[in-house]
Amino acid sequence: MSILVFAESSEGKFKKVALEVTSYGKKLAEQLDTNLVVVSAFAENTDPLAKHGAERILMGNSDALKTSDVAIWADFIVAAANQENAEVVIIDSSSNGAYVAPLVAAKLQAGFTSNVVALPLSTSPFVVKRNAFSTKAFSKTEIKTSKKVIGLAKNSFGLFESPVQSNVEDFSPDLGVGKIKRTSVDKATDEVSIADAEIIVAGGRGLKSGDNWGMIEDLAEVLGAAKACSKPVSDLGWRPHTEHVGQTGKQAATNLYIAIGISGAIQHLAGVNSSKVKVVINTDEEAPFFKAAEYGIVGDAFEIVPKLVEKLKEFKAENG
Amino acid sequence: MKILVCISSVPDTTSKINFTDNDTKFDTNGVQFVINPHDEYSLTRAMWFKEKQGASLTVVSVGNQSVETTLRKALAIGADDAIRINAEATDGYFVAQQLAAVVKNGNYDLVIAGRESIDYNGGMVPGMLATLLNYNFVNAVTGIEITENKAVVTREIDGGKEVLETELPLVVGSQKGIVREEELRIPNMRGIMMARKKPLNVAEPISAEAATEAQNFEKPAVKSACKMVDNVDELIDLLHNEAKVI
Ligand SMILES: Cc1cc2nc3c(=O)[nH]c(=O)nc-3n(C[C@H](O)[C@H](O)[C@H](O)COP(=O)(O)OP(=O)(O)OC[C@H]3O[C@@H](n4cnc5c(N)ncnc54)[C@H](O)[C@@H]3O)c2cc1C
Ligand SMILES: Nc1ncnc2c1ncn2[C@@H]1O[C@H](COP(=O)(O)O)[C@@H](O)[C@H]1O
Repeated sequence: MSILVFAESSEGKFKKVALEVTSYGKKLAEQLDTNLVVVSAFAENTDPLAKHGAERILMGNSDALKTSDVAIWADFIVAAANQENAEVVIIDSSSNGAYVAPLVAAKLQAGFTSNVVALPLSTSPFVVKRNAFSTKAFSKTEIKTSKKVIGLAKNSFGLFESPVQSNVEDFSPDLGVGKIKRTSVDKATDEVSIADAEIIVAGGRGLKSGDNWGMIEDLAEVLGAAKACSKPVSDLGWRPHTEHVGQTGKQAATNLYIAIGISGAIQHLAGVNSSKVKVVINTDEEAPFFKAAEYGIVGDAFEIVPKLVEKLKEFKAENG
Repeated sequence: MKILVCISSVPDTTSKINFTDNDTKFDTNGVQFVINPHDEYSLTRAMWFKEKQGASLTVVSVGNQSVETTLRKALAIGADDAIRINAEATDGYFVAQQLAAVVKNGNYDLVIAGRESIDYNGGMVPGMLATLLNYNFVNAVTGIEITENKAVVTREIDGGKEVLETELPLVVGSQKGIVREEELRIPNMRGIMMARKKPLNVAEPISAEAATEAQNFEKPAVKSACKMVDNVDELIDLLHNEAKVI
């Protein structure tokens, strides 16, 4: 028996989500009195995993994994689960994590719950708490199969250090050849993505035109934040679809979400409920977003935002 | 080309979410059910294949009789026929197994499901379905073109997009972006009249076990009131000293 965590690397390094699933796996292994095994690929430095409790790390390096066919990645994780006789497999909710997890579950004939926000409420029966109804509610869901796959919601559990000496083993199961080829990729490398962001600055239709995004960009830049927008803003073509947050767009599970000129429609809020601190800047004191926010300023974004940028620059200069 | 679009019938996006029976059941009182938004985009894209490339277009939903209203809407938009699998859709794995049986029976070349349903938010049916069928699978799809057996698929990734090439048979998990907003179709009178005559076949489920079961629900704790702030200095101070997020 063991708990298996898939720790995704990107360009050889671990992102925060990888450490979050490892932290979760470590605590779950303690709860179930069993061992934690982490499976990963192409990572050079495994110290961050060791710091979060990964005693054994199975590391894939084979060319077979240099594929865009998710089914091969699923086979890779399943091979690790079988070798380690894993009772629970834990996978993050990044775009790759959410992509591969259902495949792993189907291959293992395991029950799968995504969007899990905490350690199991009980392990026998095995009951987890998950987001449902676009974060408008939680559901306590029992996983009834003997093997289980958990998709952990981003930024829901946090990071816990429990340093260990880790043992890294080469892991090269036989994998087939992918049937999906990548022909091109278009990725903004100099910008923080919504998925990775600790802070998001979002603009709505209140900003009147895509030409007014300069101040949103400035604010995002001082804060090291990702930029986001409401649905109409992307439908109008002011901003790309990839920035749209909400029920039909991205989930923003950040520490700070600053909403500027966004009313706070229920569909938009469904994408930001998982953010810890929400700040609203809006001319209309009746805007529904204020009810969902921690801090609010009633006022004109065109006056407030440039001031905020200026003051934040001073603040950053003083506080480093 | 035979296309199957998987339709999940979900509470309208503006719905207030409440529960009954000791918080064990979703309260459908006063709730209107609609085609899951991602499925509506899928259906619109599938209509393009039907009209421009002569594809046949079937829609399917696993659910009790109440989902027929949603399926009729899909027929009114333009699907050729509809299938309802007569079972409660309580678990993604169960649903995927039912859908897999439908796909095998009908030999569909392209199966379009949504990236996730807005009620259950499982994001699990498309990937499980592809695995059960051993079909190629691409998720988070925002564009798809088909020429003969070849599919060129655009997929959203963290911070951008990638273009992939693969072959039919194929399952995609599609999402907003696969068609433009203004291309979405509202069923007109003629479509609604025609939909009444189109076949809506009801099939009994194959035997399969649910792997998970929702025991009960809980609404997030009522949050404390928003702190109204007068100026940006005060805001920065609060974010730094109180919320500790900057
Ligand atoms: C669920 C899932 C999880 C994933 N997790 C990870 C992960 O944890 N870590 C990870 O790295 N990837 C991961 N991926 C895979 C990722 O999406 C890419 O497919 C993969 O990383 C591609 O590897 P690559 O960049 O090396 O290959 P490619 O994108 O195919 O690029 C290879 C590059 O090498 C160049 N090249 C070729 N030959 C030479 C040469 N002789 N000299 C110099 N350059 C050369 C090529 O021009 C090309 O730019 C995951 C994918 C999925 C679906
Ligand atoms: N009961 C169902 N019947 C048919 N298709 C479904 C059903 N539930 C989910 N799907 C499909 O799977 C997608 C993802 O749903 P889910 O895995 O529940 O998030 C939906 O957008 C639908 O295309």
